Amino acid sequence: MQTFFILAILVLVFVIILQISKASEYVSQIKGYENARKQSNRINGFMLLGFLIFGLIGVYLCNEWLKDRILGEPASDHGELVDRMLYVTLAVTSIVFVCTQVALFWFAYKYQESDNRKAYYYPHNNRLELIWTVIPAIVLSVLVGFGIFYWFKITGPAPKDAMVVEVVGKQFGWEFRYPGADGMLGKKYFKKVDAVNGNPAGQLWEDPANHDDVFVEQEMHLVVGKPVQLVIGAKDVIHDVGLVHFRMKMDAVPGTPTTMWFTPKFTTKEMKEKTGNKDFVYELSCDQMCGKGHWSMRGTIVVETQEEFDAWIASKKPQYLVANPDKDPAAKKDSASAALPMATAVAKN
Amino acid sequence: MSETMMTTAAVATPATTHHEEHGHHQESFISKYIFSMDHKTIGKQFLITGIVWAIVGGLFSVLFRLQLGYPDKTFPILETFFGQWAKGGQIQPEFYYGLVTMHGTVLVFFVLTAGLSGTFANILIPLQIGARDMASPFMNMLSYWFFFLASVVMMSSIFVNTGPASGGWTMYPPLSALKQAGDGQKIGTDLWLISMALFIVSSLLGGLNYIATILNMRTKGMSMTRMPLTIWAVFFTAILGVLSFPVLLSGAILLLFDRNLGTSFYLSDIVINGEVLPNEGGSAILYQHLFWFLGHPEVYIILLPAMGMVSEILSVNSRKPIFGYMAMLGSLFAIAILAFLVWAHHMFVTGLNPFLGSVFVLLTLLIAVPSAIKVFNWLTTLWRGNIRFTPAALFAIGFVSLFISGGLTGIFLGNSTIDIHLHDTMFVVAHFHIVMGVASFFGMFAGVYHWFPKMFGRYLNNTMAYIHFWVTMIGAYLIYWPMHYQGLAGVPRRYLDKSGWVNFNNFRDLDQMITIVTIVVFAAQLLFVFNFFYSIYKGRKVRSQNPWGANTLEWTTPINPGHGNWEGDIPEVHRWPYDYAKDGREFIPQTEPVGANESKH
Repeated sequence: MQTFFILAILVLVFVIILQISKASEYVSQIKGYENARKQSNRINGFMLLGFLIFGLIGVYLCNEWLKDRILGEPASDHGELVDRMLYVTLAVTSIVFVCTQVALFWFAYKYQESDNRKAYYYPHNNRLELIWTVIPAIVLSVLVGFGIFYWFKITGPAPKDAMVVEVVGKQFGWEFRYPGADGMLGKKYFKKVDAVNGNPAGQLWEDPANHDDVFVEQEMHLVVGKPVQLVIGAKDVIHDVGLVHFRMKMDAVPGTPTTMWFTPKFTTKEMKEKTGNKDFVYELSCDQMCGKGHWSMRGTIVVETQEEFDAWIASKKPQYLVANPDKDPAAKKDSASAALPMATAVAKN
Repeated sequence: MSETMMTTAAVATPATTHHEEHGHHQESFISKYIFSMDHKTIGKQFLITGIVWAIVGGLFSVLFRLQLGYPDKTFPILETFFGQWAKGGQIQPEFYYGLVTMHGTVLVFFVLTAGLSGTFANILIPLQIGARDMASPFMNMLSYWFFFLASVVMMSSIFVNTGPASGGWTMYPPLSALKQAGDGQKIGTDLWLISMALFIVSSLLGGLNYIATILNMRTKGMSMTRMPLTIWAVFFTAILGVLSFPVLLSGAILLLFDRNLGTSFYLSDIVINGEVLPNEGGSAILYQHLFWFLGHPEVYIILLPAMGMVSEILSVNSRKPIFGYMAMLGSLFAIAILAFLVWAHHMFVTGLNPFLGSVFVLLTLLIAVPSAIKVFNWLTTLWRGNIRFTPAALFAIGFVSLFISGGLTGIFLGNSTIDIHLHDTMFVVAHFHIVMGVASFFGMFAGVYHWFPKMFGRYLNNTMAYIHFWVTMIGAYLIYWPMHYQGLAGVPRRYLDKSGWVNFNNFRDLDQMITIVTIVVFAAQLLFVFNFFYSIYKGRKVRSQNPWGANTLEWTTPINPGHGNWEGDIPEVHRWPYDYAKDGREFIPQTEPVGANESKH
């Protein structure tokens, strides 16, 4: 019903506009086209000036309205660089924006047609043109310089002590693999992927580095203050690991592994306090169109202290043992309760 | 030059038997309006087809904005029209992505490439350089009909059972290469690729023709530096298209092979829905290089003609020469060159080598220099003018404003450090819609309002035109300005419902506002469409040969020029096209010989 009302109103407005338009055509015929033209010229001149003034007020109001909703403090060391670059660029572009828009609309208003004015023949001025070639070039060089400096810092090699996590995107979810106690991710081959038989990552079991790798889905755990290197891949189509709070992003490409690294600054708990949102959670969003579930391809990240992380990883059984229950020492002792003390023992090492 | 003379002799000699043989006055309906070889008619065909596509593409955006603004509401009327695609009155994800993909494809290629270049290159090149027609009218006709064929194929893909292509207008594989990846990746994607291949053929036929015509068929005295900036702009546009579209064609063909012949150009290491595919050794990123090698010049293919027309229209309506003609020309040239050297800035986060990334940062931000020159020159053109706010002039001023706003946000995105955060967010959507979408549309509208009297011998209705301008101008800023904030908050693009997200779900009021404004702006475009068709038949008649007091050659033709454009000889050109306000005279047409006492510029 509401839809019909809106449509009816739209049609009505349309008809009214058409009638006014036709009528004004007749009016200008009576008044003379030249007079009508001059009048509409004045009106449009004022409207352009009004657009400038209300537009600038609108820019300010829009900022007041929305500024608290853009993300607060970046939650990673790299994020600080990204934000700094962003605000420097914002400052520079804001100045240019205001100056040029004011000039545009002010000139339009000021130099609107008048019988008393003759246009000024001014085809070129080489000095002026040189000035406004060189100044933007210098300003941009500065921005480029800063940008590239930060870019190399962010994309440079990860520190040696960084923990490694493998992130794999698939339609429509995330898989993570931790290297386990040996600190090495075991080899994998996509033709070995067999989720039904406990090998969703396609690990090669003959590689001993695989025997302690832990596989989890949807939720990634990271340690606060500890650099982490993500080794990123995809199973089916291109996805993208988007980490808004850390200001990081990297495509997940099937067949071509990518990496990125950063150091989380705040635990999830700290972020809950900072944002004042008790439901706060770090989210991992897919930022590359990947099919009909793209918009819901969500993972979560828990940033915690080293102790909490150790306890969490210890509670996970390596995928090797999940896929090969006969190799599981805990299962051999045919006692499920033995699994827990065993795992904590590994974690303490 | 000799060819010019030949054409002149062949077509123009009035009322001789020679003339009759060519039969320009005894055309049937079909040869005059359908398979026409008159550049003006072909231009109008491009324009009207473009308008139809713009309505379709715009309507799609209204539909998916409904979903974005009101993700939990149902609109039963949608189910009436779209059936299974809008089950229960809600747009289904496959349909949503189909709409987004078609909106992008249609507007970028069919409206802002074919509809914009196709229209104005065709209408303006022969008229402004003083030629009877294009170098090859037949190729020109083919160009339109290949475009029409591409349109038919694309349109038909909307009606197939599994829906149109839905991989985004960039059509990245492996998503677009795997039929298992979703409904939109089935026959819809094949049709998309075939349609694009036909479109590229059309674009090449047109582009080669524009280049040949501009280089060879200028009238006597029309040296390259006496050409209006519109012609320079479409010239560079055509060159960009001719050099870059073939690359997209190869990319599309390889994708067709991967889809249907089992090749592995783009495919490697894929497990989809538990099925292990045999492909190994391909590179998904290869496609992105091929795509963006066209895709970035494409942005300028869209923007340059708008820039050219805006330069011309601002100059005519400020009654003042364009400021810095040579600098405008140089910056067009610089943009055309740089357009080829920045494509990888779309790929900063694909795992591209960081050093390569930094080179592309430098080249990308370099484009801001010629862009800045253009803006400052437009501003100086307005300065101390005597400006008439015709609808065309308003749209030209609006273009400059939007070009500034959208250009400045490009400095954020072109900087790879910031791009890490903003890549594929709503910030990108806001940026490119302002700078290449809306701004180019403004250039196109300016062109239509300015040259409508030449095309149809009538004026558009001014009141409707002013309403159209102000609603579109205000609406464009209301839609896209606040959208940047969503991007700064990291909201990814192509998310049809954000309610499942903790950090992206705080923009509901903004999304609703944008949706409502979108509907209003769309209605204003329908008003323009009405005005356009109404005025073709009922508009006020043009009584003066040169209604805007312009210098360029098209205004020396009869009010309703026939095939061949000039009834007598083609006029000779004696000066550049921007002698406005010179020596106390309001304007001096290009055809007027330089006087003995005239001042030099």
